[in-house]
Amino acid sequence: MAHRIAILGGGVGGTLLANLLRKSLSRADAQITIIDTTGRHVYQPGWLYVPFGEENPRHLIKPERRLLRAGISLRTGGAQSIDLAARTIRLAGGDLLPFDTLVLATGAVLAPEAVPGFAEGAHHFYSEEAALRLKAALESFQGGKLVIGVADIPYKCPPAVLEFVLKVEDFLTKRGVRDKTQITYLSPINRAFTIESVSEFIAPILERRGIVLELFFNTESIDPEKKLISSMEGETIGYDLLVLVPPHRGAPVIRDSGLGDELGWIPTDRHTLEVTGHEGIYALGDATDVPVSKSGSAAHFEAKVLARRIAHHVNPAKHAAYPCYDGKVLCFLETGHGEASQIVFDFEHPPKPPAPNRFYHYEKLLFNKIYWYVVPRGIV
Amino acid sequence: MIAPTVAKEIDARGSFCPGPLLELIRGVKSVAVGQTVAVLSSDPGSNKDIPVWIQKARHEFIGSFPEQGYTRFMVTKTH
Repeated sequence: MAHRIAILGGGVGGTLLANLLRKSLSRADAQITIIDTTGRHVYQPGWLYVPFGEENPRHLIKPERRLLRAGISLRTGGAQSIDLAARTIRLAGGDLLPFDTLVLATGAVLAPEAVPGFAEGAHHFYSEEAALRLKAALESFQGGKLVIGVADIPYKCPPAVLEFVLKVEDFLTKRGVRDKTQITYLSPINRAFTIESVSEFIAPILERRGIVLELFFNTESIDPEKKLISSMEGETIGYDLLVLVPPHRGAPVIRDSGLGDELGWIPTDRHTLEVTGHEGIYALGDATDVPVSKSGSAAHFEAKVLARRIAHHVNPAKHAAYPCYDGKVLCFLETGHGEASQIVFDFEHPPKPPAPNRFYHYEKLLFNKIYWYVVPRGIV
Repeated sequence: MIAPTVAKEIDARGSFCPGPLLELIRGVKSVAVGQTVAVLSSDPGSNKDIPVWIQKARHEFIGSFPEQGYTRFMVTKTH
């Protein structure tokens, strides 16, 4: 009987893993099922460009089916619960899906309700609806106090908020309202970014652009009527326009199945990507508690590792390699004014971002376009 | 001095800065005023950023206590 592989989640990690496994394992060896809530694959890094009118949301979403190789079963609607002891998934429609190997690629969900006043008082760009709402707000913004920050750590694509800061500074300059705007960036820690070398890279750029850096600001609440944001450190700052990355949590199915920590992140071995205490159950991407950026890039490299580990498990005679994830992440950092830098690191080597230049900016724009053809299918 | 009872202890050993600090901030958020949180950190950077945050946030820093290969930081939530 073919080995039954279930992948829960059709984001970048789940989709790439399914395609790599289908490529390496015959149908006699393995039956591969991917379960996705919506059946729509979203290129989430593209949301950053929507508020500036540089990207159309329609270009950021494609049907998951079109990205999957033949021979992969797609079940949409998501899952209600996971029973690791019985090795079954209860699907949204009520069907029971048995598996031999399970990969949890359930990602992260936004939890703006965790901050009182967020829904009424803050903008963000982490969904289509929010990015379009922010676009309208930016187009009508005539100057004042623009406050940008993160509500809680961890969150997806950590450099994105700094990219937004630098891009919005560029955007407001071109619109002629920069000199009427004070831009403040709120950091929850004692530097601009969690990774020290990136912080050292970005802090002088923020200073040159006249952006105020407010340290140790952990958001506690927002007063949308008085337009005030308060921190648990006791600071209160007024704003005219507030852009705040919302808190993130693990997927409901993970929390409902008792598989996550208190925020819903899955305890996962950082090298083998096996869920702690559960043989043959793996997790990748944003869903895990692996100490690496919650990003498509991490999920991408993790999927490649898992594809080889699972292929070896299913057919050890044909697939000998048994690699470990080394924490590799590669992403771009847009710095506005048509330039970008690049962040590359792993568990042992911190990033050394090069000076911003046009090459990386155009490379990122190109990657945004070719993602659909090269990443989910495993070409890169 | 009698050490306060720890309401929540977080083991952040193996996590690099600012991981232990962020775990501590999350811990302080989750307990009631008057309760004490302890965080274990093996990153020397915590000796700098954890006390500075506690001072900025105006909580009570009970102290940092070196153990074998790590340090235990203790803070009582004051507001």
